[in-house]
Amino acid sequence: MSHAPYLQFSQIGKTFTRGAATTEVLKEVSLDIAKGEYISIIGHSGCGKSTLLNIVAGLTGATTGGVILDGREVNAPGPDRAVVFQNHSLLPWLTVYDNVRLAVDKVFSGKRSRAERDAWTLHNLELVQMTHAKDKRPAEISGGMKQRVGIARALAMEPKVLLLDEPFGALDALTRAHLQDSVMQIHATLGNTILMITHDVDEAVLLSDRIVMMTNGPSARIGEVLDVNLVRPRKRLDLVSNATYLKAREAVLKFLHERHRFVEAA
Amino acid sequence: MSVTALKEPPQTARRASAQVVRLAPARSSLSARFRAAGRWAAVNIIPPLVVTVLLLVLWEMLCASPTATLPSPSRIWAESKDLIVDPFFVAGPQDIGLGLRVMVSLQRVAVGFGLAAIVGVLLGAVIGQSVWAMRGLDPIFQMLRTVPPLAWLPLALAAFRDSNPSAIFVIFITAIWPVIINTAVGIRNIPQDYRNVAQVLRLNPLEFFWKIMLPSAAPYIFTGLRIGVGLSWLAIVAAEMLTGGVGIGFFIWDAWNSSRLPDIIVALVYIGVVGFVLDRLVAGISAIVTRGTASA
Repeated sequence: MSHAPYLQFSQIGKTFTRGAATTEVLKEVSLDIAKGEYISIIGHSGCGKSTLLNIVAGLTGATTGGVILDGREVNAPGPDRAVVFQNHSLLPWLTVYDNVRLAVDKVFSGKRSRAERDAWTLHNLELVQMTHAKDKRPAEISGGMKQRVGIARALAMEPKVLLLDEPFGALDALTRAHLQDSVMQIHATLGNTILMITHDVDEAVLLSDRIVMMTNGPSARIGEVLDVNLVRPRKRLDLVSNATYLKAREAVLKFLHERHRFVEAA
Repeated sequence: MSVTALKEPPQTARRASAQVVRLAPARSSLSARFRAAGRWAAVNIIPPLVVTVLLLVLWEMLCASPTATLPSPSRIWAESKDLIVDPFFVAGPQDIGLGLRVMVSLQRVAVGFGLAAIVGVLLGAVIGQSVWAMRGLDPIFQMLRTVPPLAWLPLALAAFRDSNPSAIFVIFITAIWPVIINTAVGIRNIPQDYRNVAQVLRLNPLEFFWKIMLPSAAPYIFTGLRIGVGLSWLAIVAAEMLTGGVGIGFFIWDAWNSSRLPDIIVALVYIGVVGFVLDRLVAGISAIVTRGTASA
């Protein structure tokens, strides 16, 4: 698209130091992401993919290199990089509506009127089909619903990039499929730039434009980047026998289980 | 013909069954409600009532002899009837009902405990947030909290040169430790997820305090407040014995000096009941405030 990438990882390295021991988690991770792209990062557990997401979110600092989003360096967390956490992270003392409203109020205070913020909150709940439960507390809704609200909260911040940290990992297979469809639909409607961490091969192939495969840690790098040339909108059932889908799936599986098989951490 | 013949019986049948269904639950729900109320009373009221009566009878028997050092229930009723029957009489500046005396003591507790709650939560928040404040202050607090309330009184009297602020200070210094310590623990236990959310939203420290810290730590804070209010009530009675005034504590001391033992026993009952009510009150507020957090 444009010449400068929208989101750029430039030589990201991360070392954790505990006492005398230092562990290099990430090494020279570089990637250019265009606006509106859906990128999945896949790898075995412990390969530093969550660390990478935290660095993009600004929750952890990179030891070397850095992240540039829309021409500006990322060095602190902010609502332009909204995160959907794996365990939903809704505030249990607030209702579904208030959880989203908190984000809306914080991001748009002074820019939009009270009525506009109310409408925007409801609009985002509508996007994830959660309007019916807006007055319930997180403890009263199911895990899938909580994750929907988490997504609504992130979307409501109008982020430049949406960061999904294994968003469907804790859900059962059927709920996960529903949510994947919702995310695909939202991506199609709003054209967000999305960065998703996952360990589910099917999920990665189904949702992504490109799949970033990480080698095993320590010193994890980007092993391979796979383009998924499937037309959108994608239909789960049609893809079951789609040759491109199967090939992409095979490529990821081979990467993960043949060339970079998971070895127990030493 | 056959169609209407078929049509009619189901209609009547439906109506009849509907009537039965409508009547049956109404009758059962009313009697069930009575039965539930009866069961509640049986479980919650009758056992303590029976035990109280038994204890009173035992007490009466033990203190029935004329040589008994402590008054029996019947003697208390005879000699302190005015205190039991009317808690709010005013017969002179120093001769007022126990209800009024309790109010005076409660006022002191309200001020002292209120200050302890505010200062305790703020200090606890600082200690919970900062590792260095924790390391520096925690040992000192752990030591100071074991100092008995009355040990502070001479210092307070020397500093304030007046009995009322001294009594309030004793309440404050007694109630503040559990509030500080529990708040600090509550703040330290705020899940990292909530902190991440706050960071992504860029909440400023004040917003973080009101929107994340307080609600998240509320169950801990209220545990501290509940312990604190109990300790305040313990301390006020002791402090008033020494500082004088019209509080319930001084009443006991005064009654002892004029050998009115029955009055002391009535005052003890008052203190017990008020302490119980205070505890229930804080527990009740806690249950309302922490509705969301507790269930999560």
